Amino acid sequence: MEYETVIGLEVHVQLRTQSKMFCSCRADYQSAPVNSRVCPVCLGLPGALPVINRRAVEYTVMTGLALNCDIPRLTKFDRKNYPYPDLMKGYQISQYDLPLAIDGRLQIETEAETKAVGVTRVHLEEDVAKLQHFPADSGGYSLVDVNRSGVPLMEIVSEPDMRSAEEARAYLTTLHSLLQYLGVSTANMQDGSFRCDANISLRPAGSEEFGNRTEIKNMNSFRSVFQALNFEIERQRRVLEGGGRVVQETRGWIEGRAVTVSQRSKEDAHDYRYFPEPDLPPLDIDPVWVEEIRGRLPELATQRCARFQQDYGLSEYDARLLTDSKAMADYFETAVCLQALSGDALNSHAKQVSNWMLGDLSGLLNQDNRDISESPVSPESLVELIGLVGDGIISVTMGKTVLEEAYNTGGKPRRIVEERGYTQISDTSAVEPAVFEALEANPRAVADYLGGKESAAKFLVGQVMKITRGQAKPDLVNQLVTAALDRAKAGVD
Amino acid sequence: MATITTEGVRHVANLARLEFNKEEMEHFTDQLARILGYIGKLNELETDEVPPTSHIHPHQVFIMGSETEASHVAKPDVVKPSYPREELRAREITAVELTESVYARIAEVEPHVKGYLTLTKDLALEQASRADAGFQNGDDMPALAGIPIAIKDVICTKGVRTTCASKILETFVPPYDATVMKKLHAQGIVMIGKTNMDEFAMGSSTENSAYQITHNPWDLDTIPGGSSGGSAAVVSADTAICSLGSDTGGSIRQPAALCGVVGMKPTYGRVSRYGLVAFASSLDQIGPFTKDVTDCALLLNAICGSDTMDATSVDVPVPDFTQSLINDVKGLKIGIPKEYFTPALDSEIAQQVHTATAVLEALGATVEEISLPHTEYAIATYYIIAPAEASANLARYDGVRYGYRNENPEDLIDMYKRTRSEAFGEEVKRRIMIGTFALSAGYQDAYYRKAQKVRTLIKSDFDAAFEKVDVIATPTSPTPAFKIGERTDDPLQMYLSDVMTTPASHAGLPGISVPCGFVKNGLPVGLQLLGAPFAEKKVLRVAYTFEQNTDHHRQKPKIGT
Repeated sequence: MEYETVIGLEVHVQLRTQSKMFCSCRADYQSAPVNSRVCPVCLGLPGALPVINRRAVEYTVMTGLALNCDIPRLTKFDRKNYPYPDLMKGYQISQYDLPLAIDGRLQIETEAETKAVGVTRVHLEEDVAKLQHFPADSGGYSLVDVNRSGVPLMEIVSEPDMRSAEEARAYLTTLHSLLQYLGVSTANMQDGSFRCDANISLRPAGSEEFGNRTEIKNMNSFRSVFQALNFEIERQRRVLEGGGRVVQETRGWIEGRAVTVSQRSKEDAHDYRYFPEPDLPPLDIDPVWVEEIRGRLPELATQRCARFQQDYGLSEYDARLLTDSKAMADYFETAVCLQALSGDALNSHAKQVSNWMLGDLSGLLNQDNRDISESPVSPESLVELIGLVGDGIISVTMGKTVLEEAYNTGGKPRRIVEERGYTQISDTSAVEPAVFEALEANPRAVADYLGGKESAAKFLVGQVMKITRGQAKPDLVNQLVTAALDRAKAGVD
Repeated sequence: MATITTEGVRHVANLARLEFNKEEMEHFTDQLARILGYIGKLNELETDEVPPTSHIHPHQVFIMGSETEASHVAKPDVVKPSYPREELRAREITAVELTESVYARIAEVEPHVKGYLTLTKDLALEQASRADAGFQNGDDMPALAGIPIAIKDVICTKGVRTTCASKILETFVPPYDATVMKKLHAQGIVMIGKTNMDEFAMGSSTENSAYQITHNPWDLDTIPGGSSGGSAAVVSADTAICSLGSDTGGSIRQPAALCGVVGMKPTYGRVSRYGLVAFASSLDQIGPFTKDVTDCALLLNAICGSDTMDATSVDVPVPDFTQSLINDVKGLKIGIPKEYFTPALDSEIAQQVHTATAVLEALGATVEEISLPHTEYAIATYYIIAPAEASANLARYDGVRYGYRNENPEDLIDMYKRTRSEAFGEEVKRRIMIGTFALSAGYQDAYYRKAQKVRTLIKSDFDAAFEKVDVIATPTSPTPAFKIGERTDDPLQMYLSDVMTTPASHAGLPGISVPCGFVKNGLPVGLQLLGAPFAEKKVLRVAYTFEQNTDHHRQKPKIGT
């Protein structure tokens, strides 16, 4: 039987606010000493009370607007009751039936199609503390670091609109980029600023009813989401094809073993006993404020992509690649605008920057699994390098070498060229001996050429470049090799 | 409504992280069935169209009690506190001497009264010396400088153990001061100690303290009321000049009435709750116990005001409450709600309250009967809303971070259950059970939501009444102080002690209890005066006028004789 996959995603995003959600402790807990960002409120001490962080509300409204949500006038916080040692008050302050933003959508693109994924709701809550467990053989105890307790956490819940792991991945990367464009979160998946849980079920193709779903947790990268979902699709398919029923349960993705395993069945499901948080009066969200926030929404990926094509004459393909990530687009635009250019000169320069970024620089970054924001080569250095090539001081080939050195050492391209003596040789008398040497050393290639195999000339040009360590000006080498071969040909004839 | 089964109770206990043995389980099942049976009376009301009330001041929009005064209003009197403020200023007495005299009195009568859980004499003498230094320098000292004050043990005091009269907080020393403590320290007060109470403020007799029973100074065989029984008793016994308590369903007003002192619950949102250990967050409010209305106004001046640490505190101007110490009620309309005068009301108390309103009428007030039709549902509503909020507020007491912990658990869940079952008293467990049940899946609409809707109806009753009258006068308690142990086996009977005070709590209204006489056996009776939201001034004015024209508040108990 043909099955259709149904996926909905819940994304938790830590907001990049100065202070925590309900107290004035600094929210930058990631690098802070253990239990140093704490106060009676986020420790849940008797008598402490929460107060709402306005900026967190603003960031959530902003995200809601960017996701084409409605922002209802009335919103409130609720208590979600469950006991766990990482939860200081024994309840989490969250939002139950009146979230800050509802009924939105996010446009995603896969190789197959472009579609809109519904966004059910965006709401605000508080993060919990971090537990560290020490197994019995090392004492059998657990430690609590409360720094993360009370950090603003925004939850974005999608509709079950995705039909494959590819779509889920596209949704996540698009959402991730959006959040970075908005500047509301670092959205770093490694450090847990951006977390994703998935609900997934299968149903016979054409069926309207949903099958039993599982909730998948513990996915720490886009890749693991993709792998875990594909694993789960396969697992559920096998269960169904074997005539079984998918058990509605929570499953954890085990990265090392590349499998999902059962964590909790529906029977143990919590009764969260949500009720309105009496310590926080409901919020009346002023539509004027919402419009003011809408007016401040930064340019998002699709708008920037269009603008890059318009302003810099980039192809749609390049513009898309450059604007997928805000950091990439920022780098590009910084580099391009370092020089006051216009018209064709600007477009040509932009094309150069784009080519270097999407080509060699991306190659180097990918090797090290680095983001463009961590690039050792600054936009200034890249433009300097492009200038050196454009002015004929070094060849493109040499440029690649210089970029690699700049990447590895963080040095300035001009300084590298000077120190290494990489300046391009454009003096005929300096290149001719190398041409002579190359022809001498490769009689076979010369013979091939003379025998009519013109491509042999390219090989010889390469040999000359090698002898001159790439410093010879390519045009000149071409010219001199062709001349030398022509002379040899004349001699033969 | 639900049928309560042992199985159901076990499920709720599990959610609440409590465990009971077989006998306790049967006991709880029986009691819960009775209490929820009583609460079933809410079903008599049609509430489909009624919006629920979860917060007293939603979206911070306020309708304030009008401050229109009678046309010929007399000027406020010169402020004469009960305590020797002028003598302190004139250096005729020092704060240290005053403090020492209070501790001397404590040595004498505290063994009979047992109002204090913790005495902080060293700290108090230090604070008194500091106040004396100020007086010595001729500094412009605040109204309460050097005054010995007792604090209910539910208010966090930095560096001083705060137990809420619970075993679970036996060792808890707050690292911070409640906002009211900061305000009082800014006044230069002297903190005498922390007072006894019903555990986590749950009770009407202070018998639910894990530590001791407090005795009513007027008759040591009777209870002082509750939950702020200690704070009421120490003011009555002169072992403090004044004190702070907290009022959720009457916990200031009822013990004030039973101990013959003045006790006031300000409007919800008037005083910051930051640092007040939460019982029922939408109802809790801190307020003063004093020997007279003048002291009450002075203490209110010190503790009122919005607080950025409490989102439910309200940003409205705080008047100088001494400006309402006006000996004149001419032109004021006083409403007497007929629903408060039921057969359950002690006839001597009814008599005293009628006499009191007659006094006010004689002084020029207009007294008229009014109706607050949903009064009879206030207790049932209260015993859903307060336990529901409490069940979440008390979830943090799990032995993980502070306080009592069972040391031999099998696992985490077992540690939670044993810690909580061992260290919470019976009444606290009962309320956690009721509250957890009322919020649980399948019952939330029938109980919690229903109660919130009835709360709206109760609040609407008052809104309508204050269209017509300035102040509402009622008895504070349906009976005078009852014997120690008399109601401990009957929770429902105990709950009914709050029948006169819970309605105003639901509406977040300001209310005061002032002494208005004595029943034949010599126990004091309290008159409750209620005002519209933020209309404390009117309430104080009526209370002050009554006090100036009667002498009930000047009567003193003869302790142990």
